[in-house]
Amino acid sequence: MSETALQWQGVTLAFGGAAPVLQAVNLRVAAHEFLCIVGPTGCGKSTLLNLAAGLLAPSAGTIEVFGKPLAGINRRAGYLFQGDALLPWRNARENVAAGLIFHGRPRATARAAADEWLGRVGLGAAAERYPHQLSGGMKKRVALAQMLALKPEILLMDEPFSALDVQTRSLMENELLALWSAKRRAVVFITHDLEEAIALGDRVVVMSAGPASRPVGEFVIDLPRPRDVAEIRMTPAFVDLHREIWQLLKGEVQKAYAAGAEACT
Amino acid sequence: MKLLLARGGLLLALLALWYGLTEHGLLAPFFFGRPQLVGEVLVRWIGSGMIFRHLGVTLLETALAFVIGIALGVSSGLWLGLSPRVAALLDPFIKACNAMPRVVLAPIFATWFGLGIASKVALGITLVFFVVFFNVYQGVKDVNPLLVANARMLGATPRALVRHVYWPSAMSWVFSSLHTAVGMAFVGAVVGEYLGSAQGVGYLILQAEGSFDINAVFAGIVILTVCALALDALVSLVERRFLKWRPGSADATT
Repeated sequence: MSETALQWQGVTLAFGGAAPVLQAVNLRVAAHEFLCIVGPTGCGKSTLLNLAAGLLAPSAGTIEVFGKPLAGINRRAGYLFQGDALLPWRNARENVAAGLIFHGRPRATARAAADEWLGRVGLGAAAERYPHQLSGGMKKRVALAQMLALKPEILLMDEPFSALDVQTRSLMENELLALWSAKRRAVVFITHDLEEAIALGDRVVVMSAGPASRPVGEFVIDLPRPRDVAEIRMTPAFVDLHREIWQLLKGEVQKAYAAGAEACT
Repeated sequence: MKLLLARGGLLLALLALWYGLTEHGLLAPFFFGRPQLVGEVLVRWIGSGMIFRHLGVTLLETALAFVIGIALGVSSGLWLGLSPRVAALLDPFIKACNAMPRVVLAPIFATWFGLGIASKVALGITLVFFVVFFNVYQGVKDVNPLLVANARMLGATPRALVRHVYWPSAMSWVFSSLHTAVGMAFVGAVVGEYLGSAQGVGYLILQAEGSFDINAVFAGIVILTVCALALDALVSLVERRFLKWRPGSADATT
């Protein structure tokens, strides 16, 4: 494999005296790799990303970014959040320009770059609109442009499309793949949807049910690229992979479900 | 348009009722005044221009209390919102100051700052400050953590976070408190004048009461009400200008 972009080394995270969320996680992402992480709800998938982003610090172990231990915010990574993280008082253009302005670019060039990125995600006409005037899918595109405008070498994505309707979601997935294929960067894509993981990723990692979650399986997805996420789901190779990974994931989901049911009674 | 006519009709009906009741002795004009006499007083005040001097003083006090109170409220709210430890230390003191009926401070301010403008402004500030302060404080504490995380990932320094995330977020809360704040500033000015002064609309009302001129009291109340409505409309105008990003702000024009 090529250069390592991101590596979790024996990473444990615990809050207070409670059982750790993550236990001794070892995981590595190559510089041009699209890694998908699946797992049951509450297994600490988002926590894994927050650690890689530097928003959280591990209780034990280290995060390495291109071979260097991470301290503070991961400056080489962009983060696409699950929820809506656009600044509601800035229109689409100003939102995309925000990151560039934070990096000290003059406003005029930041705005020009923002317009270019909005065009690239198909929102050239909506630059003046405020977040509340945009649909869910459009907001995600703005957030995507906002992240990509900074040209991060690592893309962290936390179930970014989970709130979108099925059609918009396929569209966004295809667009993401197109953008990623044009310039391959390391991607860590979290999802609870196994189909999405297989359709997008080079590799799928399955996390165990929490607490003390850790990776329990790893599958190389050797489906040919470029892929169309809607069509690839119908191919036999996809179905085989799905069956294979689901065997493992099913057990974890059931464990999580049982633990959840127990916690509720 | 229909609604407007109906509202005008209701106003006229109420005035007519007032007129009828006082004219036919059902309500004593000594206590309830007479609408036509109240109108006469208003015409006299406005005609002679005498009202404008008093109104100017009251509005100046209101404006000063409003601006200074907001400035203090916003800066303290931002500061405490961003420093949880200071906030925890000061919390009971702030609660006590807020719970205190601050109008009773008026006599104290009068002895400290005299009977001029300053004592009224001080009273107005104490009223405005807490309204704005609590809104900003809450606004800063309730900033969506996702926005903060996202801005940090986009490279925002702590200073940029305050400027681009906390500040605008708090401002939207400030604007929602402005309607209350401008009313408070006005109350501070008028109550201050009422309790001791030599000019202002509150002073006029006090004078009128002293000479049992109930019509002049009502005239003063009318002037104050019209001004309060005008100030509120002004705030709405500013609000619309600055909060155009807000959902529903475009159609919240009524």
